[in-house]
Amino acid sequence: MQPALETKGLVKRFGALPATDNVSFRLEQGARHALIGPNGAGKTTFINLLTGVLTPSAGQIFLEGADITRLAPELRVQRGLARTFQINQLFPAMTPLETLGLAVSERMRAGNDWWRVMGSNSAVIDEIVTLARRFGLMDVLGERTSNLPYGKQRLLEIALAFACRPRVLLLDEPAAGVPEAERHELLAIVAALPREVSVLLIEHDMDLVFSFASRISVLVNGALLTEGGVQEVASDARVRAVYLGESLDA
Amino acid sequence: MDQTPAATNPIAAQLTRRGRWGIGEILFWLIASAALFLLPERLLFLNEIAILGLFAVSLDLILGYAGIISLGHGAFFGLGAYTAGLLTKHAVTDPLLGLLVAAVAAALLGLVTSFLVLRGADLTKLMVTLGITLVLYEIANQAAWLTGGADGLQGITVGPLLGVFEFDLFGQTAYAYSLAVTFVLFVIARRLVVSPFGISLRSIRENPLRARAIGIPVNRRLVAIYTLAAAYAGVAGALLAQTTQFVSLDVLSFARSADVLLVLVIGGIGYLYGGLIGAVVFKLLQDALADMTPQYWQFWIGLILVVIVMAGPERLTERAASLWTGSLARLLGRLRQPKAMPARET
Repeated sequence: MQPALETKGLVKRFGALPATDNVSFRLEQGARHALIGPNGAGKTTFINLLTGVLTPSAGQIFLEGADITRLAPELRVQRGLARTFQINQLFPAMTPLETLGLAVSERMRAGNDWWRVMGSNSAVIDEIVTLARRFGLMDVLGERTSNLPYGKQRLLEIALAFACRPRVLLLDEPAAGVPEAERHELLAIVAALPREVSVLLIEHDMDLVFSFASRISVLVNGALLTEGGVQEVASDARVRAVYLGESLDA
Repeated sequence: MDQTPAATNPIAAQLTRRGRWGIGEILFWLIASAALFLLPERLLFLNEIAILGLFAVSLDLILGYAGIISLGHGAFFGLGAYTAGLLTKHAVTDPLLGLLVAAVAAALLGLVTSFLVLRGADLTKLMVTLGITLVLYEIANQAAWLTGGADGLQGITVGPLLGVFEFDLFGQTAYAYSLAVTFVLFVIARRLVVSPFGISLRSIRENPLRARAIGIPVNRRLVAIYTLAAAYAGVAGALLAQTTQFVSLDVLSFARSADVLLVLVIGGIGYLYGGLIGAVVFKLLQDALADMTPQYWQFWIGLILVVIVMAGPERLTERAASLWTGSLARLLGRLRQPKAMPARET
């Protein structure tokens, strides 16, 4: 089967330093795949290459078989590649209602509509409601985003990416900084993402990786060290060496 | 106005609410229209306010909504004024056609320069917009054979509005005309800012990185709003040329661009009425201060500006806005509907 997302020989150099070093990677359809690696391993650079924030020095990126290496970031989103951010990237002065309405309108190609009031399209409203239910945002739709509890902001962060109806969703440390009390809800929602969406999880938290992913890739110094099933990777001596026994026994 | 089925849904209502006109707004425009009859000897002054208001609304579209800072918005105002003036003098005297041509000319300049302006950071934007205006100023100054140079463009005789209403000495037609044009363009802007397009501009201002990450073509949106705002400013300039039947070099002066920024700071950025209220306050202040201290009015304007900025224009306008939308609208809303609508689903 055609992979959902694939890179071939992807390289990104900053000066002489390769931040991404010849990465050939496959994300299968419907995958729950985790990308792990120590700090500075180049995970964020890799994501930025996939989403088009950075242009690769060499190599290619394919989304469902189509070459998107040179495609503008917003066009990749329109083709079904969405991401969340490790540090919330929201619209602080807008409400979740407006935020989701915006993303849904854009996805329906209504973003150029400058005459009709947002909210007058019932299809948009229905979808906002569906999204808000799925991500537990129903109670806070009308509040200013900057006033939301951190856990809710984190959910909005994911809901916003999900509102783009991605075929491939890149989750960049979705649980980062979420207090224990709000963590359970978030993890349950992430676990319940529909199977037809292929998910690549970039994560530090090994508990989350092990509970969520069925495949793991390990990135070290910009290059793929190994890839395999959860048990396989967890018992890999090189991976253990990289992590110096760090919580991998969990 | 849009009574689609969705409007019955409380969530839809939350979004569409801002599209509806409040009583305060209707009052604002009624008073502005009533002034036509109540202040017959101040009509030329009111005309200037209406034009400045439109110009400020135009700047608010790019600054308040899209976050594009400009020190040279006068370029479009000036181009619109000269376009309308020259067109009237040499070719067509119909005022509405003049407005249209001025709008198109200014929009073209906006479209072309947007690619320069939108490239850089805020400081670059300030300098590029300022630079473009200085260039235009000097062109208008040097091309005296065409523009009249420092003497100004004279001999503009505008035809009757709609072929019926002659422009009179007291400014009755002038004010009615400027107010009507400002109103129509304001209504369009007001719809635009609550549309998906308008919300996308706000999202770009707040977080361009994320806006792009949800598939918004950021640059294209900014080019579009910059071009539209340029057209608006061009219309404001054309109104001034037509209603005063004269175009002086200072339509392109730095002070013109700085004043309009001042107007927005006074009135508040990012809610459209800020430009209009700011224009009223600015003109009244200018008038009053010039009466009291003819030589030093700019001193006082400067001082007031510093105070406003130090006190925090956002805080001041937010307070004014919450007074406006908060208590007044809530009170009126309660009269209309038995219960305020909560965010909950049905």
